[in-house]
Amino acid sequence: MAASAAAMNQSFRRPRRVLPGFGLTLGYTLVYLSLIVLVPLSAAFLRSAGMGWEGFAAAVTTPRVLASLRLSFGAAALAALINAVFGLLVAWVLVRYQFPFKRFVDALVDLPFALPTAVAGIALTALYAPNGWIGRLIEPLGLKVAFTPLGVVVAMTFIGLPFVVRTLQPVLEELDREVEQAAATLGASGWQTFVRVIAPTLWPPLLTGFALAFARGVGEYGSVIFIAGNMPLVSEITPLLIITKLEQYDYPGATALAVVMLVMSFTLMLGINALQTWAHARHGKK
Amino acid sequence: MNAARVLGATYAADRTEPLHLRRRPRAGLNVMRLLLILVALGFLVLFIGMPLVVVFSQALSKGWHTYVAAIADPNALAAIRLTVLVAAIAVPSNLVFGVAASWAIAKFEFRGKSALITLIDLPFAVSPVISGLIYVLLFGASGWFGPWLMEHDIRIMFAVPGIVLATTFVTFPFVARELIPVMQAQGKDDEETALSLGASGWQTFWFVTLPNIRWGLLYGVLLCNARAMGEFGAVSVVSGHIRGLTNTMPLHVEILYNEYNYAAAFAVASLLALLALMTLAGKSLLEWRRPELKYGALSADRQTKRGMT
Amino acid sequence: MRKRSWAAALAPTLMLTLAAGATCAAGAVTLLNASYDPTRELYEDYNKAFAAYWKTRTGDTLTINQSHGGSGKQARAVIDGLPADVVTLALAYDVDALVKRGKLIPDTWQARLPDNSSPYTSTIVFLVRKGNPKKIKDWGDLVRPGVGVITPNPKTSGGARWNYLAAWAYALKQPGGNATSAQQFVRKLYENVPVLDSGARGSTVTFVERGIGDVLLAWENEALLAAREMGADKVEIVVPSISILAEPPVSIVDKVVDRRGTRAVAEGYLKYLYSPQGQEIAARHFYRPRDLKVAAKYASVFPKILLVTVNDVFGGWTQAQATHFADGGTFDQIYGK
Repeated sequence: MAASAAAMNQSFRRPRRVLPGFGLTLGYTLVYLSLIVLVPLSAAFLRSAGMGWEGFAAAVTTPRVLASLRLSFGAAALAALINAVFGLLVAWVLVRYQFPFKRFVDALVDLPFALPTAVAGIALTALYAPNGWIGRLIEPLGLKVAFTPLGVVVAMTFIGLPFVVRTLQPVLEELDREVEQAAATLGASGWQTFVRVIAPTLWPPLLTGFALAFARGVGEYGSVIFIAGNMPLVSEITPLLIITKLEQYDYPGATALAVVMLVMSFTLMLGINALQTWAHARHGKK
Repeated sequence: MNAARVLGATYAADRTEPLHLRRRPRAGLNVMRLLLILVALGFLVLFIGMPLVVVFSQALSKGWHTYVAAIADPNALAAIRLTVLVAAIAVPSNLVFGVAASWAIAKFEFRGKSALITLIDLPFAVSPVISGLIYVLLFGASGWFGPWLMEHDIRIMFAVPGIVLATTFVTFPFVARELIPVMQAQGKDDEETALSLGASGWQTFWFVTLPNIRWGLLYGVLLCNARAMGEFGAVSVVSGHIRGLTNTMPLHVEILYNEYNYAAAFAVASLLALLALMTLAGKSLLEWRRPELKYGALSADRQTKRGMT
Repeated sequence: MRKRSWAAALAPTLMLTLAAGATCAAGAVTLLNASYDPTRELYEDYNKAFAAYWKTRTGDTLTINQSHGGSGKQARAVIDGLPADVVTLALAYDVDALVKRGKLIPDTWQARLPDNSSPYTSTIVFLVRKGNPKKIKDWGDLVRPGVGVITPNPKTSGGARWNYLAAWAYALKQPGGNATSAQQFVRKLYENVPVLDSGARGSTVTFVERGIGDVLLAWENEALLAAREMGADKVEIVVPSISILAEPPVSIVDKVVDRRGTRAVAEGYLKYLYSPQGQEIAARHFYRPRDLKVAAKYASVFPKILLVTVNDVFGGWTQAQATHFADGGTFDQIYGK
């Protein structure tokens, strides 16, 4: 008793950082981050820097590159939006409701991570090709998915889904139901409860999920390449153009495209993370 | 997330909640609920279930015999061994990193925190095509360290170390990403209490923090592992595609597919799909045997609620 | 104190990575052949035959490892340090890259072995649906409205470059044919292309499995293999009036064989390709043999076509690549506006 009181006393006297390990963990984080991520990535930046600003600008503003950037970013945004809506629904249903085979369905959500992207691309193409199970049904309606930009959206939706569901799920699990029940007893409708009580808590993870799914979609190659059709100016994604440049031994050109994609994705993610930190701090103060 | 922060305080109250709050939901709600479940399931079936069915139906299109033969093939076994080896190095590395990073980020305040979080997310934003290429630019014959490595006869590119590095890069954020929100939600009160009671730093981490974060940790490891084993694009650049030596399972799938050997290709792919299902089954088993583990007391509470409705 | 503890945490990661590398470096007499996609079956057979031959000749037990991928990708891997003792690629342009970008072989490589260092040849033919419903007989039929043509992207596929040049050569041979009319012809042909896969096998799958298009432009060996694998009830081969002589080149990689001390076995490996046994194996896998006797034996498999060469019509691969497939070349002009 006396000992613990002494310890407590001591801890009170210490300044802000009571917990140990800040230097160790942050140091390790920075070293590992630098070794695995930052140093290798800087190689890409330096390689494209070698071509000079003019060459860089010329390499990334040709009509084909611009068309591909529009497609990659547009399709990824659309896919991430679809995932945000349906991913929220899936996470909600998985956390809140009971139904047969729920565990199995829960496990299915991770499939896009485990399945090699090429296999996913082949499987999706097999489904959506005009002679596939789904393609056969929608072809008469005049809807073409495989070998069109729509196919790109489908593939990106597939690979991005787990990001949204798995970011939302833990938060939904830990969501305090007391508050909702209180809202309900105070006469709020189900929808009002959702909008006023639940939604504010879900925004941050939903944004994170959206950003991750979006970033992953922009860079995706393996699965998209099978279903896209790869027609220049129409269904050609930027990673394919990178490969095309590599094929001509144009390493600086390839890395230039990579840098443009990276900077655009990074800016978006930085924005969303800053927004989150800001929201977190504001909530914390309240 | 912030709601979770007050969780510790409220769950105790939850158990003694007044009975009138536990009313059966109204009939209108049930229709809504059914509708939501159906839409969610429909979406999952369309985007995930159907591709899975394609994988398995193709894998078994020539019968069990072909399926087993495809997996027992020496090259397939070599690919499986290599994939397991790579994951066995990459996942623990990222696990240690994830725990360290989330401890620093969630338990302490410092400048540049959101920039650091974004840098950790960075590998998600890098196209797999590029994640392979950056290691070529570093360790390739004409890369920064290439000539030196060549002189000393150290092989990184087109050998196992290159594959491990590329895989580590691609799966880098998974554990940290899962743990940061969980640790943030937990706050640091428990740890501070433990320390004030005389526990050492390690003891605090081991007996207080770890039990609190273990589900987030497990989730992160499962996702990291699934992605490590399934990664194709980046590994394809650094592997060299030497059959039986540097082919991972996804690359082996590609080879078989390119040999018009669809049944065998999808058989190996189905193993990777099964992996996703099996790891989740393992997690469910743990939860089922020790239900109180799931998010601490919260799920025990939910179980009693379930029993009552 | 602190510093030591992160060093302790980092060390296992690094050590495991290095240890994994060390296990790969050791080995007996091995040979690595970096090849392009469609030669898998050919070299699987050939490696067995050569290992047996080498064993009887020298008593050494030889393990031959294979690496396959797109021809350009494979050349890049070798330049970046893939320790391939021999390369067997789709076009001379990719082997030339080993000279120019990697200084791995001398620029006289093509003269070191007979027949421009290409022990077997192939050409480009058409694969059409059973019964040839669109009545496709020759290149001219490919530009008719309503005919879907499947060919991969020449920017990413070596095979597709042969397709492109074959079409170009056909247009040049037409009455009044010149570079302008040829480009016009090829432009019309690509207007009929609904999907540009990144590789030759991707195109074959798109055509046969997905049922897209009416005609697939393919390597002769790929077409014959596809017809055999996919069943003759689905597709048939059409031989055009004129096509291109595809000469897939082979070479040892001097820098690698000298470092590993495998020059003798690597040279033996490539020379054996020219022997009657090697030629026989090539012919069995639908590559046109150079050896006249073996060619006569398999004459029924390979129909006679008027074949032009890249050197005669396009002034060699370096020039063909610069004119047609480099950024801003004739292929880009087709899609650029």
